[in-house]
Amino acid sequence: MVSEEEVLRIAELADIGIGKEELPPFTRDFNAILDYFAVLDRVPPGEGWKAGIANVLREDRVTPSLPQEEVLALAEAAEDGYIRAPRVM
Amino acid sequence: MVRGETQQDPLNAFITLAEIPPRAPGRLSGITVAVKDNISTRGVETTCGSRILSGYVPPYDAHVVDLIRNEGALIPGKTNMDEFGMGSSTENSGFGPARNPRDPERVTGGSSGGSAAAVASGMARMALGTDTGGSIRCPAAFCGIVGLKPTYGRISRYGLVAYANSLEQIGPMALSVADCSLLMEVISRFDARDATMQDRPYLPRLDGDIRGMRIGVPAEFFGEGVDPAVADRVRKAISVLEGLGAAIVECAMPSMEYALAAYYVTCTSEASSNLARFDGVRYGPASDYKKPWHEAFQEVRMQHFGPEVRRRILIGTFALSAGYYGKYYGKAQVAREHVREDYSRLFQEVDLLAGPTMPTVAWKIGEKSDPLSMYLADILTVPANLAGVPAASVPCGTVQGLPVGLQLTGRAFEDELVMNAAYAYEQGVKA
Repeated sequence: MVSEEEVLRIAELADIGIGKEELPPFTRDFNAILDYFAVLDRVPPGEGWKAGIANVLREDRVTPSLPQEEVLALAEAAEDGYIRAPRVM
Repeated sequence: MVRGETQQDPLNAFITLAEIPPRAPGRLSGITVAVKDNISTRGVETTCGSRILSGYVPPYDAHVVDLIRNEGALIPGKTNMDEFGMGSSTENSGFGPARNPRDPERVTGGSSGGSAAAVASGMARMALGTDTGGSIRCPAAFCGIVGLKPTYGRISRYGLVAYANSLEQIGPMALSVADCSLLMEVISRFDARDATMQDRPYLPRLDGDIRGMRIGVPAEFFGEGVDPAVADRVRKAISVLEGLGAAIVECAMPSMEYALAAYYVTCTSEASSNLARFDGVRYGPASDYKKPWHEAFQEVRMQHFGPEVRRRILIGTFALSAGYYGKYYGKAQVAREHVREDYSRLFQEVDLLAGPTMPTVAWKIGEKSDPLSMYLADILTVPANLAGVPAASVPCGTVQGLPVGLQLTGRAFEDELVMNAAYAYEQGVKA
């Protein structure tokens, strides 16, 4: 069982925000889904993601980027060729 | 911009109606191809069915959009979908649910529900959808059209807004197998901008000759949760294939027991990482830059992401977190390996697998209220995504007036064989 406090903490880590009234139904659904995931405990052993995967590499090639003004036009808070972001400190 | 159900679009199949013209004449000249709204269109709003991308206008075209426009297609608009592809009914759209042309009180299936509704109602002759865990095949089945989830690596994902990269593919949807096959042929041209793409273009081979083909029918595809009337309809369709000369082989796919859990752990984990980019800084509704970083992000994401998107980010963050990684993500990857092994083993004995696409027919809008019951509807479609193999849904009659889909799954890079068997069935029932 995952508690409401734990759901709140994960929501905090994931930066998704969670309302007070949403917390009980989110926690209930979260636990129902985790209960279903318990079937994974019955999976026979294996290599997992390492199985059958190989890297495909190539030389780097320089190609033109998107025009700066087109990309900045998408941001609501662009200024002097930069995008304003919320403060970190 | 008027959104939702309008006189022009009573089924809410489109999020944005726009006439994007062709660039050159070609094999799709005179043909309308609707494009799912998570595929980037230069100069035309692309929302992914999410309010967090309301007003986002991509500065470039997806590779598939380039290809269809260069072959003469006219794009009538961007189709409705579950937000970021997260859903099996199109009810999770930030712009209202799409409605099933066969019964407007019912869902279209999802997440490419708008694409299926547009094709089934004649608003577009063909459509592009995307399939992460069944999102092309489910709405194709529910709306009575043909849809193909191609082999992983066969279609460029350049310009597709990522949800779960290791699972998703763009694919064609149409009323007939021939149309679906033509669109597949056009979109399978190589593109170095998707590093997972392989240069193995689709070369259609629709002769309808399936004599001697071996078709496996795993018992698990007709297991618990599959509506007996749907199962019965699909078994009749399989006997049509037998009548056309295919050999039917009963078989087993034991990894089906945990495939759905493996799928949901994997897709939510990938989503939790992919969707971190939607923070209201570079595009979409702005976050308040006067506030501290986390507070500003949480505010904009809580306000503009729907509940299912936030739920999946939450589950994925948890599944990847220290202490739970091994129990969830690690185990899911082992399960995924077993699903791949099951297919490899079965495809040594048979050429194709057949079964129902969906366990039921389309449900009523609003009928499924808890998330887990919606997830369970994907049980028959997710295995193909976990293994990267091609799978098509072809209409095979109705149950109580609602369409049922026959799902055909093949070996990786044998999309041609899958489509030829679908063609044989389609022509066989016509005759």
